[in-house]
Amino acid sequence: MSTYAAPLKDMQFVIEELVGLADITAMPVCSEVTADLVEAVLGEAGKFAAEVLDPLNRIGDRQGAQLANGKVTPPAGFAAAYKQFTEAGWNSLSGPTDFGGQGLPHIVAMAVQEMWNSANMAFCLCPMLTSGVIEALKLRGSPEQKKLFMGKLVTGEWSGTMNLTEPQAGSDLSAVRTQARPEGDHFRIKGTKIFITWGEHDMSQNIVHLVLARTPDAPEGVKGISLFIVPKFALNADGSPGGRNDVKCVSIEHKMGIHASPTCVMAYGEGEGAIGYMIGAENRGLETMFIMMNHARLGVGLEGVALAERAYQHALDYARTRVQGRAIGQKSGDRVTIINHPDVRRMLLTMKSQVEAMRALAYTASAALDKAHHHPDEAERKRNQAYVDLLIPIVKGWCTEQSIDVASTGMQIHGGMGFIEETGAAQYLRDARITAIYEGTTGIQAADLVGRKIGYEKGATAAVVIAQMRATAKALAGHAHADIAAQHAAFVRAVDALAAATQWVVDTFPKDPNAVAAVSVPYLKLWGIVAGGWLMARAAGIASVKLAAGGDPEFCKTKIATARFYIEHILPQAPALAEEVTGGAASVLAMSDAQF
Amino acid sequence: MKVLVGVKRVVDPNVKVRVKADGSGVETANIKMAINPFCEIAVEQAVRMKEAGIVTEILVVTVGLPQCQETLRTAMAMGADRGILVETDVDVQPLAVAKVMKAIIAKENPQLVIMGKQAVDNDCNQTGQMVAALMGWPQATHISKVEPAGDHAEVTREVDGGLETLTIKLPAVVTADLRLNEPRYVTLPNIMKAKKKPLEVIKPDALGVDVTPRLTTLKVVEPAKRGSGVKLADVAELVNKLKNEAKVI
Ligand SMILES: Cc1cc2nc3c(=O)[nH]c(=O)nc-3n(C[C@H](O)[C@H](O)[C@H](O)COP(=O)(O)OP(=O)(O)OC[C@H]3O[C@@H](n4cnc5c(N)ncnc54)[C@H](O)[C@@H]3O)c2cc1C
Ligand SMILES: Cc1cc2nc3c(=O)[nH]c(=O)nc-3n(C[C@H](O)[C@H](O)[C@H](O)COP(=O)(O)OP(=O)(O)OC[C@H]3O[C@@H](n4cnc5c(N)ncnc54)[C@H](O)[C@@H]3O)c2cc1C
Repeated sequence: MSTYAAPLKDMQFVIEELVGLADITAMPVCSEVTADLVEAVLGEAGKFAAEVLDPLNRIGDRQGAQLANGKVTPPAGFAAAYKQFTEAGWNSLSGPTDFGGQGLPHIVAMAVQEMWNSANMAFCLCPMLTSGVIEALKLRGSPEQKKLFMGKLVTGEWSGTMNLTEPQAGSDLSAVRTQARPEGDHFRIKGTKIFITWGEHDMSQNIVHLVLARTPDAPEGVKGISLFIVPKFALNADGSPGGRNDVKCVSIEHKMGIHASPTCVMAYGEGEGAIGYMIGAENRGLETMFIMMNHARLGVGLEGVALAERAYQHALDYARTRVQGRAIGQKSGDRVTIINHPDVRRMLLTMKSQVEAMRALAYTASAALDKAHHHPDEAERKRNQAYVDLLIPIVKGWCTEQSIDVASTGMQIHGGMGFIEETGAAQYLRDARITAIYEGTTGIQAADLVGRKIGYEKGATAAVVIAQMRATAKALAGHAHADIAAQHAAFVRAVDALAAATQWVVDTFPKDPNAVAAVSVPYLKLWGIVAGGWLMARAAGIASVKLAAGGDPEFCKTKIATARFYIEHILPQAPALAEEVTGGAASVLAMSDAQF
Repeated sequence: MKVLVGVKRVVDPNVKVRVKADGSGVETANIKMAINPFCEIAVEQAVRMKEAGIVTEILVVTVGLPQCQETLRTAMAMGADRGILVETDVDVQPLAVAKVMKAIIAKENPQLVIMGKQAVDNDCNQTGQMVAALMGWPQATHISKVEPAGDHAEVTREVDGGLETLTIKLPAVVTADLRLNEPRYVTLPNIMKAKKKPLEVIKPDALGVDVTPRLTTLKVVEPAKRGSGVKLADVAELVNKLKNEAKVI
């Protein structure tokens, strides 16, 4: 059984060199965020993740959360770990400084969250949802609401949830039916929400539910949904938690993975209605949700990165210890550990190279989000916002789908024991599976990508990014390092494939959106693979410069070799995907319902 | 009461150490480093005494490379008030460190010096003892408990036969053993605060201390690999082998 070790070197490399910490530190609000601070924060977080959260991951999976008499009990050790987590201040990492938060930029939060997720994703969902509520309050909360809720949410004394989904409203939130009736200074909420993560538990003193609901005269559809805060314990006049509000957990789901995280059916208003407070303007709830979605989707994409990393570490540990077979051509003598078999090495590299590419992409989006928020220059803010908007569905869709593949390969490396729960390899695969579903399925991400992010703006931002890729390709061509220069042709083919597919999407979208929708997921995957390759190629370039300047030789050489593997083994999928995108729509649409 | 805590930066105990190709020592370049676990316990003890109102100021001191500032920041994130790095690229030995400590003690006048009982890199278990000797102060090594009261402290030492309880006069030097306490996890707000705590960097020369090594390392090698075992017929054969081959009985 492996223990988690935070990949500090790669995280720091990506943050400092690839994404460019200097650009972040240069922004006035982030001036404190120096490399040594980042190193100290990541180092301590890594320790906490490895020593406190990782050991609880199996227990959480085995025991799961339990519901009895309306009370949800998390697995043994979770409440104590939550207390330790919040007391150590980790919950407050990116919270606003005027409410006791540390105000660290998203890029630092990203790396730290990757660690929590690698160590124990089911646990991490609780603080992650809390930060979603903090984000909503930051965006649209009234000063009064901020005063009541923000401080406690930042410390983690109170936790948060997101209540969007209803039985008839999943991907399509315009179908939300939960009712909100005005009464004095508040509303009364009635309705049923399903699949609510950490909807009920006793780790925090109060739970602040963020709920989508409709006011009595609201118009149909997306333009009639408002956002409410509904505390589990109604607040006394002084803001302290008082009696139970009219909201309860009526059941929890039996799931494939993330067993420790209770997925609750929440009943609002079985009695007089749950007291709720409207946040932001009436009928503008979904708009707020969409702004928040950038954070949330990036966060789920990161879950993919984190689980893939953990699955890789687990498989690597097994491959180094499992003895099976002899080296090819050897008929006698010692048997070897399976890491010596070429095919096992290929599997390990498939995992490792994709994890690193996914991390590079997710952190790149995160840094762009920081710049979109904090850059002093308005044009830079706009440019970065467009960039991050394009990247979000790719990070969410690609990193989560790949994490399933990576965790599955991790199981494969374990042979028969991978399929047996004892080794723990299966848990990463089971846990990874949800990431491609919640917070918008891959299909929904792909629809967002081809529609809002490419189609409506005629590929303008995509063109900028593709031009940057071409600049990287140019730099590869004459590169002094032979291993890097040799990748030029394969990389150019991949960028050409992406450019051609993008052109097809831009041209086809206005006249035949169904055709575009039919191949949107392969198109999203194409983006992920090529953007990942682009960042790996850049990483190799940076590593070669560092190597020449006396940087850590083991790390730099490994990065160059890993990038080479990615370009030779993963990137060749790009031309095939482009072919599917540009030529595959008709066959999808040709089938009648009856033919299935 | 003012406490001085000596801390050392070592290879992270979770890292498997490797001998340098030239046999001159173990590889430390690009390796994850950490505060020596026994020093961490020493810092924790000082912080607990401060939280209990016994200690008013905690000064952490280390001797070594510029990167040792990180180790001091860790100690300050745990709760130490300020740090001094005596910067040198010499691979310092216990006597040199003890002399540096003596010079700093002379300037700072702490009532109590807490150090780790040994560093996990070379396991010397000497520095605390040398500091006490150079100062002419009482010493209590391998402690699992320390309770200062007025001009003395009651300490419990871990000795071979069990536990030994002593009263020592202050000022004194004590060295921390594993069971003294369990160090806390550093909190995020304290990491941020530690950045702003005073950290002074001085050179050994400024203290009038010569840190030149007095011992020469001839060679560092990996322990011999264990060979495979053999099956023996009976006890007589075992005794025979232990006597004549292994020569241990
Ligand atoms: C473990 C777990 C935790 C969850 N936590 C939360 C939570 O905390 N809060 C919350 O509000 N919700 C939560 N959810 C709900 C989750 O967000 C939804 O399950 C998800 O959005 C998908 O909605 P659905 O299940 O209704 O599937 P459906 O919308 O019915 O989708 C079924 C299939 O149809 C496809 N599809 C649907 N519409 C379209 C379309 N327009 N175009 C193309 N394809 C389409 C989907 O891609 C999918 O493959 C959670 C779910 C799970 C399983
Ligand atoms: C549910 C289940 C049911 C089973 N039922 C039966 C049964 O009824 N009867 C029975 O006899 N067995 C059964 N098995 C055992 C099954 O056939 C083995 O698990 C399988 O052959 C793999 O062997 P292993 O588990 O020892 O993995 P290993 O051989 O240890 O393989 C581990 C990894 O190393 C790779 N590897 C190993 N050697 C090499 C090599 N030389 N070159 C390249 N790669 C290599 C593998 O591909 C794998 O990825 C069952 C297993 C399970 C999980």
